[in-house]
Amino acid sequence: MKLAVCVKRVPDMEGRFKIASSGVAIDEAGLKYDMSDFDGYAAEVAIQITEKLGAGEVTIISLGPDVVQETLRKALSMGAHRAVHLKQDTPVSDGLAIATALAAELKDGGYDLVLLGRMAVDTQNRSTGAFVAELLGVPIISAISKLEVENGVVKARRELEGAYELVECPLPAVVTIDEGIARARYPSLKGIMAAKKKPMDIKPAQLGAITYQLEKLELPAERAAGRIIGEGKDAVPELVRLLKEEAKVL
Amino acid sequence: MANILAFAETRLGELRRAGLETITAARQVADATGGQVHAVLVGAPGIAQFAPRCAAHGADVVLVLEHDAFANYNPEAIVATLAARLGSGYRAAFFAASAQGHDLVARVAAKMKLAYASDVTEFAFAADRVTVKHPGYTNKIVQTFVLKAIPAIISLRAGAVLPVENAKAGTVEPLACAIDPATARVKVTLTENAAGGQIDLGDAPVIVAGGRGLKEKANFKLVEDLAAAFGNAAVGATRAVTDDGWRPHSDQIGQTGRLVSPDLYIACGISGAIQHLAGLRTSKTIVAINKDKEAPIFKVADYGIVGDVMEVLPVLTEAVKQAKAGA
Repeated sequence: MKLAVCVKRVPDMEGRFKIASSGVAIDEAGLKYDMSDFDGYAAEVAIQITEKLGAGEVTIISLGPDVVQETLRKALSMGAHRAVHLKQDTPVSDGLAIATALAAELKDGGYDLVLLGRMAVDTQNRSTGAFVAELLGVPIISAISKLEVENGVVKARRELEGAYELVECPLPAVVTIDEGIARARYPSLKGIMAAKKKPMDIKPAQLGAITYQLEKLELPAERAAGRIIGEGKDAVPELVRLLKEEAKVL
Repeated sequence: MANILAFAETRLGELRRAGLETITAARQVADATGGQVHAVLVGAPGIAQFAPRCAAHGADVVLVLEHDAFANYNPEAIVATLAARLGSGYRAAFFAASAQGHDLVARVAAKMKLAYASDVTEFAFAADRVTVKHPGYTNKIVQTFVLKAIPAIISLRAGAVLPVENAKAGTVEPLACAIDPATARVKVTLTENAAGGQIDLGDAPVIVAGGRGLKEKANFKLVEDLAAAFGNAAVGATRAVTDDGWRPHSDQIGQTGRLVSPDLYIACGISGAIQHLAGLRTSKTIVAINKDKEAPIFKVADYGIVGDVMEVLPVLTEAVKQAKAGA
């Protein structure tokens, strides 16, 4: 079985963000970067499938400047087999243009299953997987919390708001991975050494047309500083009064 | 003037609140720019009963597609039908930024090679462009985007536009399915509401959430009791709690879970890790109960009580019951 996983390099969300002077980028100084959480889960799921089968190959694909090779190398050290870097030096805000480049790489790869995180934790668009599936003309099951692949069929569970669905589709297919399936493993020293010898193709990204343009980034208005109204259960009457009279939510 | 399409999301034979939000948003745009609102209502036979509600919220025309195959969600049949319909000329199409909406709308946009604005909290229409705001980076940065393609495809974050009644004719027209739904490759074999029939986190005006400060799974009962006292509250949890299996993953609020904006958020025994705060930052009023007065949750809480949740929660539950009874 041939699997592909598309991963994105994102800043650590615990960091404090500042807007760069351009107004359309964050200031990268002092930020740590890593694979987007859900993309890490997707890589883990793909690697576990090949480990369970004792066969198959996981290809990791990432689009961006040369630094994304660090992210690709991390996925290789987790146990993926090969990597493809789609080189794109300037930032792109149009998800469909990015998905067009990913689909161009995936199209002739003979992949049975393509996995992505359900969203990138920085841009939070939740669209790349569906874009890629539609451009490839294959079915997609998005935001799944359970996955079985057997006899050419994908069976998955999707979490909805206050409900869930069980969903099936034939391979080849795209799935996007939610919480609940697997956490990305920490690469072992052996994995890190092995990753250095694994193949990484580098080619230019073939972006689609740009119709969704980032115009500006802003920091949201700060919440007013918090206030402590009292200690222990004796503070409850005052809380109830404030909820009724000031916040008007009770 | 060109018309605006609104996808009136349904599940298990019910019209969802998110569907009324998209119709309300489409109405706002149509009132400002001219044109009609066309609501699309898809479901198993019987779903047409919700056409009057769509009309009451501002649909000039309700396009109804009823078919046995829509007892469960059928994404491929809906995508094909919407793409065919949008090809007939619309200014914009609104969807909910829900699990179903996210699954659906990017496929429609990719099929039609259109710009798609996801998870939008504000929008502004001009003659040649649509400008939208979409919070990203765990809601720490507000991103402003411009869409130049027409129709503009937009999914709305829950609560960004609240449902408003603005009754229109709501002429019902049948909508043909663009493909035989039985040929769809993606098949939903079961849809089931979560046990207990609780209010969903995205719909609840009040959320009571618990963290590690509750010490063990059984103590979550205190959180559930407080939610029950409100009567309109949902129960949420931190990632630490869902990872430990005290609550299902679907209850997780935060960066990798649900992003919520209730009127009232009560954080019980939650220290306020950044990944959790990301999910609740846009709540209107935040209450925190935690025994560590240095906990970061107190920096964002409008009202904080320093104390043991095990001691405070039962007293608060009683007080809320009394307030509700007296109201």
